[in-house]
Amino acid sequence: MATYSTTEFKGGLKFLMDGQPCSIVENTQVSPGKGQAFNRVKYRNLMTGKVLEKTFKSGEKVDAADVVETDLQYLYNDGEFWHFMDESSFEQYQAAESAVSEVSKWLIEQDVCTVTLFNGQPIAVVPPKQITLEVTDTDPGLKGDTAGTGGKPATLSTGAVVQVPLFVQIGEKVIVNTEKGEYVSRAK
Amino acid sequence: MLNSHMLNRRNILQKRSNLLKQVRAFFYARSVIEVDTPILSKAATPDVHLESLSTKVQVPGLKEHQHYYLHTSPEYPMKRLLCEGSGDIFYLGKVFRDGDLSPRHQIEFSMLEWYRIGFSMQDLIDEVVELIQDVLQKPLRVEKLSYQQVFEKYAHIDDVFTANSQDYQACLSDNHVPEIVGVDSNDKDLWEQLVLTEVIEPQLGKNAITVMYYYPAKDAALAQISQDNPLVAERFEVFVNGMELANGYHELADADVYQSRFEESLLNRKQHDLPQLPLDENLLNTLAEKPLPDCCGVALGFDRLFLLQQEFENIQQGITFGIDQA
Repeated sequence: MATYSTTEFKGGLKFLMDGQPCSIVENTQVSPGKGQAFNRVKYRNLMTGKVLEKTFKSGEKVDAADVVETDLQYLYNDGEFWHFMDESSFEQYQAAESAVSEVSKWLIEQDVCTVTLFNGQPIAVVPPKQITLEVTDTDPGLKGDTAGTGGKPATLSTGAVVQVPLFVQIGEKVIVNTEKGEYVSRAK
Repeated sequence: MLNSHMLNRRNILQKRSNLLKQVRAFFYARSVIEVDTPILSKAATPDVHLESLSTKVQVPGLKEHQHYYLHTSPEYPMKRLLCEGSGDIFYLGKVFRDGDLSPRHQIEFSMLEWYRIGFSMQDLIDEVVELIQDVLQKPLRVEKLSYQQVFEKYAHIDDVFTANSQDYQACLSDNHVPEIVGVDSNDKDLWEQLVLTEVIEPQLGKNAITVMYYYPAKDAALAQISQDNPLVAERFEVFVNGMELANGYHELADADVYQSRFEESLLNRKQHDLPQLPLDENLLNTLAEKPLPDCCGVALGFDRLFLLQQEFENIQQGITFGIDQA
């Protein structure tokens, strides 16, 4: 298995810690000049998303993690797994709920998502930054209020709930920012 | 036409230029003369924790390219000058340490190093503090503590000379220091160093200039062992804002002791699978012929001093181009 020495540490490096894939967020060298050097490392566990810290004696090695980010098309959910496909090789991948739990409400069939694969298995999915969804339920609100002074919750076709301006009606399509989970505008 | 970025850049260049001038003026006023010793040397420091850069030099008359090292500090040639009778001297210029890069480190950086003949360690500590106060122009309290007192005050280690690995590991855990990877549980010296760098140093020099002196004899480097207490060396470090700014010694004088400490370092390098290095025979010969006058010397990181003065986050903000732009 490939390894990385502390001298190769840098932001974004993917390595294994206790068998779990991790990515370095921040690496700071501590060189006291007249003493042993260390690396203070902040890293994200890619399975849990948690940011952790460890200090490595300089010269220590870690195992490289087989982690790649790739663009895959979302196909469908069969009730248990979310299925994705590589549009050039037609290879299919199935993601367990743990990989999509945060984002399943933003997944639209045929949208291309950025999928993180660990040993060939999807562990994280990032949907497109902006997507268009239909409003399936919301209070009628006040006709003619276009100032957008207030807001109301609206349920979208995927089941996601976002705050929308009062003038948005059932059946309309809206653009949503998936990173922030916020309404952007009405879709034309 | 100058945009705001260029104006800001020129402003920083101007301030750095002012600081270079101010530091030089500090020494001229004290009749300490500037020496620009060679950056290249046939010898390298054998210190296991310092990595020298090296280069090949074509010397006319010699067939092969000669291997030369870039200095990690101007200490050895400055000591030769002191032996020859130069009197008080300072160096303000570039030094190189391979592999060191962080918000506080650059591989190529500016160092201020000076030597004062007849000064005691306390005399030199006072001069370092005066220079820092001169530059920073802030009401900073001055805190002087021995290494042992520092461990007691900031890490609650009652006696650093009798504490063991477990005491240090308990201290790290009490202070919520993230897990350490790669250190043997019985490596007392390394656990002690970690308590110093991870627990103590961040607390030093808060609105103060903290001077830590009387390092354990094992960390003497090229400092004299105290005549009053054989457990400690006459070595000090100065901290401001949790950052080491200067490292000074009451300098060793005996040529034989230099030889034996260098050989210890070479052995240490061997144990760490590091390449052996040529020792500075010129220094050793000079020391043997003309003893080093009783003196104290200190090295101070100029880029860090500028960082503190300008309240930068990273020393790279105060230098023209960092290693990644050079």
